[in-house]
Amino acid sequence: MRQIRNFSIIAHIDHGKSTLADRLIQHAGLVDDREFRDQILDNMDIERERGITIKSQTVVLPYTSRSGETFQLNLIDTPGHADFSYEVSRALASCEGVLLLIDASQGVQAQTIANLYAAMEHDLAIIPVINKIDLPSADIDRAKEQIDHDLGLDSENVVLCSAKEGKGIEEVLEAIVNRVPPPGGDSGKPLSALIFDAHYDPFRGAIASCRVFDGKFGPGDLIRFMSTGATYKVEEVGFFRLHRDPQKNLTAGSVGYVIAGIKTVADIRIGDTMTLDSNPAASAQPGFKDVKPVVFSSIYPISSDDYPSLADALDKYKLNDAALVYQKDSSIALGQGFRCGFLGLLHLDIVQERLEREFDQSIIMTAPSVQYQFTLDDDSSITVENPQYYPDPINIKEAREPFIKAVLILPERYMGAVMKLCLERRGSNPRVVYPTPGRVEITFDMPLAEVVFDFYDRLKTVTQGYGSFDYELTEYRESNLVKLDILVNGERVDALSLIVHRDRARDWGVQVCDRLKEEIPRHNFKIAIQGAIGGKIISRSTISPFRKDVTAKCYGGDISRKRKLLEKQKKGKKRMKMVGAVMIPQSAFVSVLKTKDE
Amino acid sequence: MSPSSRPRMNSGQLPGLYLHVPFCRSKCFYCDFYSVASPAAIPRWLQAVRAEMDLYREKFPRFDTLYLGGGTPSILDEADLAALFESIFDRFAFHPDSEISMEANPESLTPGKLKTLRSFGLNRISLGVQSLDEADLRFLGRRHSPGQALRAIEACRSAGLANLGVDLIYGLETGSLKSWKKTLDTVLEYRPEHISCYQLTFETGTALWKMRRAGRVRSMDEKMQAAFFIWTSRYLERRGYRHYEVSNFAAGSEFMCRHNLKYWRHVAYLGLGPSAHSLRGAPPCAKRWWNVKSVRDYCRMLAEGKPPLAGSELLSRDQFDLEALDLGLRTCEGVDMSILDEFPQSRKVLEQLQKSGLIRVDEGRARLTRKGFLVADSLAVMLGG
Repeated sequence: MRQIRNFSIIAHIDHGKSTLADRLIQHAGLVDDREFRDQILDNMDIERERGITIKSQTVVLPYTSRSGETFQLNLIDTPGHADFSYEVSRALASCEGVLLLIDASQGVQAQTIANLYAAMEHDLAIIPVINKIDLPSADIDRAKEQIDHDLGLDSENVVLCSAKEGKGIEEVLEAIVNRVPPPGGDSGKPLSALIFDAHYDPFRGAIASCRVFDGKFGPGDLIRFMSTGATYKVEEVGFFRLHRDPQKNLTAGSVGYVIAGIKTVADIRIGDTMTLDSNPAASAQPGFKDVKPVVFSSIYPISSDDYPSLADALDKYKLNDAALVYQKDSSIALGQGFRCGFLGLLHLDIVQERLEREFDQSIIMTAPSVQYQFTLDDDSSITVENPQYYPDPINIKEAREPFIKAVLILPERYMGAVMKLCLERRGSNPRVVYPTPGRVEITFDMPLAEVVFDFYDRLKTVTQGYGSFDYELTEYRESNLVKLDILVNGERVDALSLIVHRDRARDWGVQVCDRLKEEIPRHNFKIAIQGAIGGKIISRSTISPFRKDVTAKCYGGDISRKRKLLEKQKKGKKRMKMVGAVMIPQSAFVSVLKTKDE
Repeated sequence: MSPSSRPRMNSGQLPGLYLHVPFCRSKCFYCDFYSVASPAAIPRWLQAVRAEMDLYREKFPRFDTLYLGGGTPSILDEADLAALFESIFDRFAFHPDSEISMEANPESLTPGKLKTLRSFGLNRISLGVQSLDEADLRFLGRRHSPGQALRAIEACRSAGLANLGVDLIYGLETGSLKSWKKTLDTVLEYRPEHISCYQLTFETGTALWKMRRAGRVRSMDEKMQAAFFIWTSRYLERRGYRHYEVSNFAAGSEFMCRHNLKYWRHVAYLGLGPSAHSLRGAPPCAKRWWNVKSVRDYCRMLAEGKPPLAGSELLSRDQFDLEALDLGLRTCEGVDMSILDEFPQSRKVLEQLQKSGLIRVDEGRARLTRKGFLVADSLAVMLGG
């Protein structure tokens, strides 16, 4: 056990986490150069394309240190995004140390801090690593100063590297060996293994990733999940070495996988503790909780004929993503669909993209909503995350919405623009600190609803990409909410309804009306698009009709050609949604979700 | 109602015969009908047409319309015209009250040809006047002058023709309402029984289309086009013409072009000659076929004893209905409301279209208004999509 090191790499997005992981893997000789590809731990296309990590991965790296000792380094790669903060926290709970990676030119960013706090919470050894030192814009001294001031870490012990150039990799490995403590634990005690991730294999079912704290187990053992009490017979345990490498058993201190005939990842609760049914541990590992979705949106197939196929795709998708929750939903405008709950906006994005790409679904998603609370006249309370179930306003005694603490870090020169953005988004109680000259850290209390949508894009725009943002949910606060309906040609498009704060309703209404005006093609009659609260119209746009669409000559030889054109148009119309006599293209539903400046 | 029991307008009507004369002196700039500019192949074509007629004698024993289109049928000399008519009447029977129609250009329709044609029973001419404005005629690539056009009209009348159609083109970007009105007024002095008013179209591949692509000409803007269309419809209806199809006006229902009505009513027709289209039957056996667009291939295939087909299709019920909807709405007959029942969303859409004044419903039929005619191409998909 003295030769094991369990560590993770944490970093703000784009600070080079996956590239460093790639170098460590190459250094360990797990792949030769021929097999190597960038972001080797990120298996999904979407991870590789966006340069992000969605699923945790672990890999065992053999390493012979300068002192000649052989070590087994367990790298637990974690998702980098706040949406997956619970998964990250479970991964960190499985480590003894972290590499805190900082981009030499960008310095400390919002997620750097959020990640640092998370690592501190678990009392992990923290090794600050300044990456990208080869960049012309690298400012190592400034980054060190930020490590000192912003993070309160000892900048003397910073490791410098360029993962891209392969510089400083051995120094990183030496720091892991020397500064991350070996795992504790006792293989003689009853089994206590923390599950920090699960993924799905079509042949073997759900596979759990775990860190063994005490005890040991192997094939044939009957394991019990302590939160659910479910038991499974272990089929296989082993280490990840880019592929699965079966072992006789997993012992205290090690990190590996378990295959136990578990059907879906939903049967595995991340953060749960596995123990032996025959000799259970007295208590589970701390920190287990049920992850609850915070952002909600409905998914509809573009063509209603595709509903069964969408249902099937969601079922299959869910096999590998326990965090997605969904139930049937229906809309007059869009037909049958599903109301889905997501961990956050990135999660929503990922689900959408994977459904489209991996499952070949053509879908429309409605505007994301948060979960609102209402106290009604009879003092009963309800939660509503679907505008369709917005209670009759007459009966609402009090409405509440979730608030967050938003942390933004940015160069000082953008402060005015960001302040303005946050105040527009109903941010309040700003706290400003100047950790290092030229940079500000602003903390706001904000409604979650104001950031679920295009806040991050807007922030990137107003700070030219230099602003970073992180948030945590804090509390529900009383709020003046209304339901905004969108009417097209006098008919309510239920899928476009939204619960919003009264002060923001007009802005939103105007924006949606303008977007729809751009996206809905001209018809042969005038189309009015209106935003309404109750019976009151608060915004309006008009699509003027086209005046002429007729073929002058239509005789014997023209008819087939004309029909073929009509058939093509008919096909195009199938991809549209009918609201009354108005054809609304899919792009219209998508466009209402886009940022203004795009 | 089952599809087979639905009443159809075409029941009991005889098919029409179309014959394509694919020769022109020169190609007009706007035209995308198939034609060649050399008359050398006329004898071979004539021979091939006879061979093609022989292929269909059994299947199409009797017609009640004949339509010689082109191309420029009037380019044929008297002897060729006589030979052509003889060949047709030798092989096919016609109802005694048949419409025998021909397209003609002012510069090639001579009194002599008219006399020959009349002797074969020709009772309708569609005269390609297009415009009575010199500049317009040049722009369109026409070979005749306004004076020639008027003389041709007079010649038709002198030959005793009681059903004269004048074809006009309007909506040139340079054209003013004033010059269009002048053309119409002059034509109206002759009280033609039929007037076709085609709004200028830039058909893909035509000379005009290429000029527009090169930025040398432009289309009239949409609102102006709409205004011209509505004005024309009102003006001619005030003068006693019925706007019976998008581009066609008749001085009484007896002067509607019976042959063309067959196209719009899905009545069977046989098309002979290069590029001609034919239709026969109703679903599930509705078949359309069309000939090769080449005089040379047409002659060669027939010489080899083969039908000169370029393609054919069997129309499904859905396709047939979609066409029926589209074609029906182009005429003043409109469509029977029962046809709309085939399309699930049509009622709601119909309501909207009535509200916007594009369609009116009476006596169980849906008919387009003038404004409706202007957007006719968008309606079939709206109602039947």
